[in-house]
Amino acid sequence: MQYVLLIYHGTSLTTPRPEEERKRIYAEWAEVNKTPGLTGGLPMGLPENATTVRVEDGKTLTTDGPFVEIKEAVGGYAVLEADDLDAAIELAARIPTARLGGAVEIRPSETYW
Amino acid sequence: MVATLEQVFRDQWGRVLAALIGFLGDFDLAEEAAQEAFAIAAERWPQDGVPANPGAWLVATARNRAINRIRRDRTLAAKTRLLEVPQAAEDTMDATAFPDERLELIFTCCHPALATEAQVALTLRTLGGLTTGEIARAFLVPEPTMAQRLVRAKRKIKAARIPFRVPPEHLLPDRLDAVLAVVYLIFNQGYGGRGDLAAEALWLGRALAELLPDQPEVHGLLALMLLLDARRAARFRDGELVLLADQDHSLLDTAEIAQGREALDRALALRGRGPYVVQAAIASLHADQPRDWPQIAVLYGELSRLTGSPVVELNRAVAIAEAQGPQAGLEIVDRLSLQDYHYLHATRGELLRRLGRTQEAREAYRRALTLVHDPAERRLLQRRLAEHPPSR
Repeated sequence: MQYVLLIYHGTSLTTPRPEEERKRIYAEWAEVNKTPGLTGGLPMGLPENATTVRVEDGKTLTTDGPFVEIKEAVGGYAVLEADDLDAAIELAARIPTARLGGAVEIRPSETYW
Repeated sequence: MVATLEQVFRDQWGRVLAALIGFLGDFDLAEEAAQEAFAIAAERWPQDGVPANPGAWLVATARNRAINRIRRDRTLAAKTRLLEVPQAAEDTMDATAFPDERLELIFTCCHPALATEAQVALTLRTLGGLTTGEIARAFLVPEPTMAQRLVRAKRKIKAARIPFRVPPEHLLPDRLDAVLAVVYLIFNQGYGGRGDLAAEALWLGRALAELLPDQPEVHGLLALMLLLDARRAARFRDGELVLLADQDHSLLDTAEIAQGREALDRALALRGRGPYVVQAAIASLHADQPRDWPQIAVLYGELSRLTGSPVVELNRAVAIAEAQGPQAGLEIVDRLSLQDYHYLHATRGELLRRLGRTQEAREAYRRALTLVHDPAERRLLQRRLAEHPPSR
């Protein structure tokens, strides 16, 4: 079963942390990334640099910023192959962002066609 | 005969449905099949008699129905993805034993990925066998809302693949807490006057105690519910709420108290010291006459440490007031930050009244009145105000 993990940074990136702690967090990420079945997404840049596109009456409308509020914008994603939701929850809980003021959303992948 | 049938249905629904979900892996399919089997039973059993093992009969019948349906659907839709349905299911069905998967079912229904209200509804529907209408009425929501809630929960279980299993050791404590919380929530919904839900919660509590005999908190919760339920008749007089201190002791259900204490003893023998066990111990002390207030206060202190809840501290204050006098209780109450909680002000009013500080007591009662919702509790506060007119 495939799950898409959406990572929301919340206050995790804006909270100042000493060098030591940052290194520990990177090391944790490295561990998480070794999880079998986990495929990380491309690293995403800041939502401030996002451009949102809509098409109305055939006309392309672009607006500056993400679709939702900057604070609520998605910050990263990954794909996880896991047996069930419990396994996905356990992995999500190991992602450092989840305990540093951000959150991980687990979405079951769906086949639409 | 009809009563017996109903009893059998009542007892078997959860087990039969759990076994079917375990076998079919689909809530809706299992529910439809179970309903069909129960309908067939209602038709046949009055004439043919109740089979020796009604549960196994119902599971076997429901399974056959479901398998036939799956085959039919498969042929009709010519689905490419084959469902793995054991061909020999009909003949290998052991008529004497079928797996009891109610635990798997309740852990699935109370999975934290579902909203609490959905957990409650799903537990009552699947294990309790209540109809959607019955659940909707108990929780004062329109039936379509409740139906929608159930549909969404079942859909999520399937789409997100919430596992149908008893959680492994490292997840069990958290997940069990969630299950117990749901059962206690159902009980409290019934304790407010709707008796049938309290009975439902007791039934679930007994089933859990049977299924998880080594978990002290399970026995603790059962004990707590039994001991609280035992004072149902004493809690109301002519539709009016009666305070614990004023309850008529002769109205307590002594048989239920004995059962509650038995469950409490089991919990204590398992070295249970969790929040439900401690609450049950307090409820047990409340059933004694006269009450051992110092001991009750000690247990509230323990519960307060376990939960860190200011509401528990408030209860401790009441016990301290009984053991050491209203002034000692008031000192605890005045340290609590529960300004929006009507019981805080009602308790303050009560303690101030006993200290003869009538004006302040009236102010506290009035403050409580602005916060209270329950009509019976409102009337009680109004009575107190009327009994203590403002002094001149």
